This record gives sequence, C-alpha cells and structure tokens, in this order.
Amino acid sequence: MPETGLSVLQVQNLKTVFATRAGDIHAVNSVSFELQPGELLGVVGESGSGKSVTMMSLIGLLPSPPAEVRAGSVQFDGKDLLKLPQRDLQALRGRDIGFVFQDPMTSLNPVFTVGFQIMEPLRKHMGMDKARARKRAVDLLELVGIPDASARLSDFPHQFSGGMRQRVMIAIALACDPKVLIADEPTTALDVTIQAQILELVKDLRQKLGMSIIWITHDLGVIAGIADRVMVMYGGQVAEYGPVREVFANPAHPYTRALMKTVPSVRGERAPQLNVIAGQPPMLSQHPTSCPFRARCAHAFDRCARENPARFPVSEGHDTACFWDHKTGGPRHG
Amino acid sequence: MAERRKLVEVRDLKMHFPINTGILRRHTGNIKAVDGLSFDIYEGETLGIVGESGCGKSTCGRAVLRLYDITSGTIKIDGVEIGAKSQSALRKMRPTMQMVFQDPQACLNPRMTVAAIIGEPLDEHTDWSKAKKLERIYELMDAVGLNRSFANRYPHAFSGGQRQRIGIARALALNPKFIICDEPIAALDVSIQAQVVNLLEELQDRLGLTYMFISHDLSMVRHIADRVAVMYLGRIVELAPRDALYADPLHPYTQALLSAVPDPDPAIEARVQRIILKGDVPSPANPPKGCNFCTRCPKVMDICHQIDPEYRELAPGHFAACHLYNDAGQTGAPRTERNQQGEDA
Repeated sequence: MPETGLSVLQVQNLKTVFATRAGDIHAVNSVSFELQPGELLGVVGESGSGKSVTMMSLIGLLPSPPAEVRAGSVQFDGKDLLKLPQRDLQALRGRDIGFVFQDPMTSLNPVFTVGFQIMEPLRKHMGMDKARARKRAVDLLELVGIPDASARLSDFPHQFSGGMRQRVMIAIALACDPKVLIADEPTTALDVTIQAQILELVKDLRQKLGMSIIWITHDLGVIAGIADRVMVMYGGQVAEYGPVREVFANPAHPYTRALMKTVPSVRGERAPQLNVIAGQPPMLSQHPTSCPFRARCAHAFDRCARENPARFPVSEGHDTACFWDHKTGGPRHG
Repeated sequence: MAERRKLVEVRDLKMHFPINTGILRRHTGNIKAVDGLSFDIYEGETLGIVGESGCGKSTCGRAVLRLYDITSGTIKIDGVEIGAKSQSALRKMRPTMQMVFQDPQACLNPRMTVAAIIGEPLDEHTDWSKAKKLERIYELMDAVGLNRSFANRYPHAFSGGQRQRIGIARALALNPKFIICDEPIAALDVSIQAQVVNLLEELQDRLGLTYMFISHDLSMVRHIADRVAVMYLGRIVELAPRDALYADPLHPYTQALLSAVPDPDPAIEARVQRIILKGDVPSPANPPKGCNFCTRCPKVMDICHQIDPEYRELAPGHFAACHLYNDAGQTGAPRTERNQQGEDA
C-alpha cells in the first residue's frame, strides 16, 4: 500500500459504482495509488478495467447519477477531493489538475476558435486580461510545437489535423501550469508516426515543466517508453503496481505475464503463434468476493475462488494482488 | 515460390472520388484515394497492407472486391477479369471473394439472429433446403468457436470478439477462396485480438484461404502476413516479403513507420533510435508534386520535388518507389546517398 509522504496525489480505497436499471456495476473497487512529484504513472488495462473511471472519479467528472463514489479518499494539496463542494472542484479542475481526453475530435468545442478555448482557463483561473492571455496562448501553442502559432489562434478545431488537435488539447491542459496532468488514452486515436511525435513532446515537456502525469493507455509499448511507474488494472482493481522496469522484467501477476506474451513486437524474434488469454473479461455486477481474473488464469487454485486477493508486496515498491507466487510457482503464504 | 499460382492480380488500380462544390455541385477535383496500385496475391498466402489512416488501404480493399466502381485499372481474381464487370455479373462471382469488416458492431444487423446472419449468404447464393442450411450454419459456428446454442441470439448479446467471429463465419459460409480482412482486430482489446488472429490463421491452414489483411497495427501484420505492402497517400511505397521488410526496410517512410512503433520492453525502448516525422500527411485531393512523401521525408533530395519515383523491383520480390535507389547516371541520384542508406538499414 502507498505510504503517506511527499506524494502530490494520494488515492485510498476508491470505490465507484454505476447504478443502472439492470443493477449496480462495480466499476472501481478499492483502488489505491499515489503519485510522486515529477513522476509519470502509466495505467494499463483493457476496456472495462476501470482505468478511465478511476481517474474521472478523482476529480468528479462522472455524471451522478448513475455514477456514485461510494468510498475512499483522494488527498491532493491537503484536501480530500471527494469531500470538496462542486464549486471548489470546478476551480481546481484546469488550474491544478489538467485533463487530456482520448478523442481530439470531440473534446474541443467546434463553434469556438482554438485561441478562445486556450484563453478560457487562463482568464477564468489566472485572472489574466485578454492581451496577456493571448500572449500566453501563443507561448503554449509554440510549446506544443504548432507552427505559426499566433495566426492559428483564430482557427477553428476543424481546421486542425488529429495530431494538431491533440496538441491543442495538451496546450489547454497545460495552460495554468497544473501540478498533475491526467491524460486518458491521448494517443489511441492517432497514427503511430503522430503518436511518436506526441510522445516525444511529452518527454520534452516533462523535462521543462516537471509536473506529475497520469497516462492511461492500453498499449504496453507506450508505457514501456515513457512511464516511471506502472499500474496494471483488471476488473476494476489494481492487479499489479510497481516501477516500470521492475514490472516488465519480473511481472508478478498472471494477467500481466499473459498480457506481455500476447503482444507481438515489430522487433526481435517473431513467435510462430500468438499466446492468447482465453475467455472474456468479467462482468462487474457484484462486489468482488473472489479474484476477478481466476476464470482466465493459468495458475488459479481453490483460494482464488474463496477470497479476493489483497495486494502483496513483491519487492521494493512493487506489489501484486494475487495468491500465486511467481517466484516459487506455488501458492503464496501469509 | 515460382510455381505458386497468382490468385489476385491487380494492375494500376485507381479509385478517385469526385469533389463537387458550389450550388451547381460542379466537379472541381478528385480525391485520389487509391492512385495506381499494382500487386499480386499468391494462392494460400496473406498479403498485409499497412499504412496510416487516410492512406487508402481500406479503399484499396473495397475496390479490389469491386464494392466501388473503380476509376481505372484491372483486377483479375482467380483468372477472371472483374475490373469492368457490371455489378449484376459480379454477383455470381461473390461466393469466391468475401470480406470481414472492421467494426463488428456496425456490420451485423441488430434485428437478425446469428443463424440468420451467417445463413444470409446461403439464402442468396444457394437453393439448399432449410435443414441443409442449418447444418452448414452449425458447422460454421463450430469452425469459428461459437457455441451452437447461441444460434438464435441477437448480436447485442455478444462481446466484440464474439461478434467478429460471427462476421468471420458469415464470410466463410460460401467456401470462398479469397477473404479481405479490413482491420478485423482494430476494435478489439489486446487479449481478444490474439484470439481472433489465431482463429484466422487456423482457418487459413485448414481451408487453404488467401487473405488480404488490412491493418494499421504493424506488429500484428508482422505476425500474420507472408508479404507486406506499405501504403502512403494512395500509393504502395514498398512491398516485400515480411522478414525482409521488417529487418531491412528500404523506403524512408517504412523506416520511420517501423521506428515509431513503441516496443513493450523498456530495455529495447531505451535503445530504439526513433525517426520522428515532421508534419502531417498531405491531402489526397492535392498531393505534392514529385514524390508523395517529399514533404515529410527525412532523406529528401532535390529530385524528389520534381519527379515521381518509379515503383520497381530492387531485390527479388522486394519492390519500392524511392529515388534513393535510382542507379547513378540513370536519373542522376547521388551515389553517396545510396551507400549511406545501405549502412543505416
């Protein structure tokens, strides 16, 4: 479990439930993690694993109803974000915590110019006047590598390509120098060559600005390239959490291990056949009382059906929610 | 390899979409989505087509099956020229060529049961009895790994991976020889992608199918394809056997594309030399003069802005369209540039 310390953001036992007509969906179950200053935390998981919902719950972006954060605490800047009134949260979003969404086509407003949309948080949160906000907007567009920035401020989103729009989104998120940037699959909708451009940009910006970043993706390759720490999610829970090199070199959870084998690579040896994870991800209609991965797990045994595993420490800063010990190849004791 | 039969032969295929503007909808230009493609697909092999969005790879797939009326060019499938055939004449040929679509959500009729969806090609193209059709439907469901008891369910009751299996079963219904898979795994999760790819490979081995596998996922194409064509802005820039293409890419675009793919291993990831391309893909309505890639190419030369490079065979089976490989003297490309290129690769 994360300890209290110098972390920027600290999430404890977060639980989010969607109340639907067909019953409750337990999308996020007891998720805990922390974010260090200047760190890039990569969050991986399949669709429905709860990675986006976790991050949206943190800053109250989920519509309620149907979503309801049932338990947990989110410590940021000495405050519990889950207890803050809407008005204070609104002041915080965009100023202290920036958000970049997956789809650059739909997350910009088509009827306002790009310049207006970048200047909006500057004028609202930082109290800048129009001239100063404009100057800052030009700086931001230059920072994210958009050529001829001052002329492009008066362009509308449809006049930008997908990669350029995602750069604009990043510029908006960076506008007020946030302490934390949450990027939800920011490169998934983009082509690989454009993705490579954006990844280079993020590496570069981290060095210049030194903020903490949470990067949500389903692409293990992206995580391997940019993250310091990685959190693997499955079925609304944290399956594995640890430093990126450690997790990739010694994956402890059977899901992480299987996931790494299913992904083919463009470099190195070509495997004659792909390894598969048989079966389907779980339905999250109940509070978990057993391991959510056990139906697809090669190492499942009777205890996995009786209890939901807690997170066991594996090595320094590396833990996994599994009763199976990858070092001995047998059940974990304790 | 030499005696293998060509199942599909495409020569100079062009598919231009008209742009009409103004109140009179006057014809003011063309989107050159596919602009002069030539390639062969041998019987029993998988040809992978890769490229970024908007490069014309899906259009190419649809044009080869004549789902469009093509602008010009010839397409020969199984010895029959279909480039200029009327749609009604094509109908009789449809059983040999089928397609698996990208979005398993959109390509299945939500009001038809699984049995009706898989059986529809049989209704159209055979005069079999109901019992015989049902028997075939069950056989197909077994082949793609769907439980027979699901036959009367509707598509919404299935997950993405299972829906894609329904789409594959439908494509197999008439025993086709040639199947075009248009991004069949793009909408699926990583762990499900591997299941579908393994199914496609297994079916190929068992039924001797020929695939054209369209995808933007270079690592998956490396896994499934025997030969790979790389497209950029409506053209094939490079076509080669899989191992040659991934080990020794010749065209600067292929090199950049391969280097841009992130590797799921931090150790390799730290060593990879990225070629970061500048800018975006130009509009296919107004491609640049000379080589299509000259606006972004890291190895651009003067000649690239003037003359469109010829698409030709540089090594046995390895085709590319790039001025870097012009023989010195023929078009005046500097020889040093070539040698440098050889060292890089």
